[in-house]
Amino acid sequence: MDKAIKILKKPLTMTLIAVFFGFIVAGIILAAAGYPPVHSLSVLFDGVFSSPKHISNVIIKSTPIILTGIGVAFAFKTGLFNIGAEGQFIMGCVASTVVGILFDFPPVIQIPLVVLAGVAAGALYGGIAGFLKAKFGIHEVLTSIMLNWIALYFSNYICTLNRFHKPDTIGTYPINRSGYTMILGNYKTTEAGKAALAQNEFLRSTVLKTDVNVGIIIAVILAVFIWFLLYKTAKGFELRAVGFNKSAAEFSGIYVNKNILHSMLISGAICGLAASLYITGNSPHGIATLAAFENTGFNGLSVCLIAASSPIGCIFAGLLFGGLIYGGQSLQYEVGAPSEIINIVIGVIVFFVALTRIIPPLVDRFSKGGKKHA
Amino acid sequence: MLNSLMLFVGITLMYSTPLVFAALGGVVSERSGVTNIGIEGMMTIGAVTGATVGYYSGSAWVGFFAAGLAGGVIALLHAFASITCKADQTISGIAINLIGPGVALFVCRLLFDGATMSLPVPHKIPKVFGSLNSKAFQNLNVDVTVVIAFVLAVFIWFFLYKTKWGLHIRAVGEHPAAADTMGLNVYKIRYICVLVSGILAGLGGASMTLAIIPQFTPTAISGQGFIALAAVIFGKWTPHGAYAACLLFGAAQALTVTLGGGRFAVPSSILAMLPYLITIMILILFVGKSSAPKASGQPYEKDAR
Repeated sequence: MDKAIKILKKPLTMTLIAVFFGFIVAGIILAAAGYPPVHSLSVLFDGVFSSPKHISNVIIKSTPIILTGIGVAFAFKTGLFNIGAEGQFIMGCVASTVVGILFDFPPVIQIPLVVLAGVAAGALYGGIAGFLKAKFGIHEVLTSIMLNWIALYFSNYICTLNRFHKPDTIGTYPINRSGYTMILGNYKTTEAGKAALAQNEFLRSTVLKTDVNVGIIIAVILAVFIWFLLYKTAKGFELRAVGFNKSAAEFSGIYVNKNILHSMLISGAICGLAASLYITGNSPHGIATLAAFENTGFNGLSVCLIAASSPIGCIFAGLLFGGLIYGGQSLQYEVGAPSEIINIVIGVIVFFVALTRIIPPLVDRFSKGGKKHA
Repeated sequence: MLNSLMLFVGITLMYSTPLVFAALGGVVSERSGVTNIGIEGMMTIGAVTGATVGYYSGSAWVGFFAAGLAGGVIALLHAFASITCKADQTISGIAINLIGPGVALFVCRLLFDGATMSLPVPHKIPKVFGSLNSKAFQNLNVDVTVVIAFVLAVFIWFFLYKTKWGLHIRAVGEHPAAADTMGLNVYKIRYICVLVSGILAGLGGASMTLAIIPQFTPTAISGQGFIALAAVIFGKWTPHGAYAACLLFGAAQALTVTLGGGRFAVPSSILAMLPYLITIMILILFVGKSSAPKASGQPYEKDAR
């Protein structure tokens, strides 16, 4: 009994319950709309797991949202709600693209340079919201919402400049090839290389057909690093203390405003990293005119929430999210159900994540009540 | 000159109206102590319901009221999570923002042959001066929703500050435990306020798809909910403040439109940034620490001390 209670109170159990309910609700909605629920969901899973190509595509799709998720989670720990992840991601994309097009160094210099540009742009942009909060006390949600839109239009402005705009498209040129970070990317540029990849069944279906890149490896390393920074260093303790209780932190000699600024800088930097790895690792390796937000940053919010703000958890939540988005395409393609059902599933999961926070007190009450009667 | 001034005023009122509805809803909900970050999702639901019902019933007003109802229904989800289950209100709100657009597009595709756009409604919401043809007033011949929004703002201000019930709502938002001791039903008041907030957000969404544009599109509601949220904070959680903030935002949009006539050599994407830049500037210059209702965002537990 005690063991069951312990398991029930684990965050992971809560999340799994939420995910389970997400699918149940999706099934009900699909059935109500006239689609066979069980078949539809199995098509969804097939779309994710049925071939190595699908799996590697899911990983590629997940990488940016894992990273923005970690970025949002980091700010969350300091009590900041970084709804500006979207704008920081866009600015990171812009900076990486601009630097990647303007310069053409050998890969050893070019890749770090392009990535650094994205990280710096993201950090700076997150830093603006942090600075305005620390200096003027303006709510970070307020400034971030505005900054997101400014980033979107700034990105569109860059797309119109002659130096970057690729004729007859709505986007920019790709960055110079020396900045690409696909795994075995060089093989794909020559016919001989392609033939070599094609000989191996596994490489043929994963590497040749998709943009497999180093992003996911960096994302995992970063998740561990951020966990270490937050929980095993003095700085991490300060940041979390500010998030936990501002007044108490200030009273014990922690500079609250400085930590708010640092937290937003780092959170923005992580979102910028997500952007630069996206630009260097995925075609079209550039930016395009945006009619609306593409939600890479906003999805990071959901990932962070599903992961209960745990950096390591973001890896799994991001993979779940990426898998749903990617699998949703085959749902639309094969069953004909609108792929928006995926947004509903994710929304319901997040909703139940919010609800399951009440399970621990409930379990407590339940077990206490049981003991009283015994 | 006079004409372009009137054009400016007309566009300001037009753009600010959906925001006013939604922001007023935000004020009501936050005043009772429930953060409503899900306005965007509720507006989207209202937008699709308004356009769809307006199309099938042929009456813009039926669509308008249906939109309010739909917004209220989805707000009940938020109320259930944040009041009954004492869930994290931010998380629940974000969930609403994910579910809202998802459901909206899903429904739209089901009802309009897989298209993400609904068919245009036969009748839009009428203009204030009907089909007036006088050139001088043409630009000021705004939608009736503009007037409704203004009346609502005045009404909600009166209600919150000049009536007993308004005092109750504010008490529940500032110090729920004290309000409870005084015999107020905290849960009931919060439920009603969140419901009203959803209805208003739904009406705001419909005022977009029934008055400004005649149909639902995937980008009909793209960020207005968040702007409305900003207006709530900017307006310091008061109806009149939020109304003014929405007008300001509408004016910034109107400036973009009137400047965008090609008379100036400013790229359109730079112009489009203006409203957001102006808002940040004004925030820096005029708004100090914002003061939210004390209990906003915190679930109320009867036993907690």
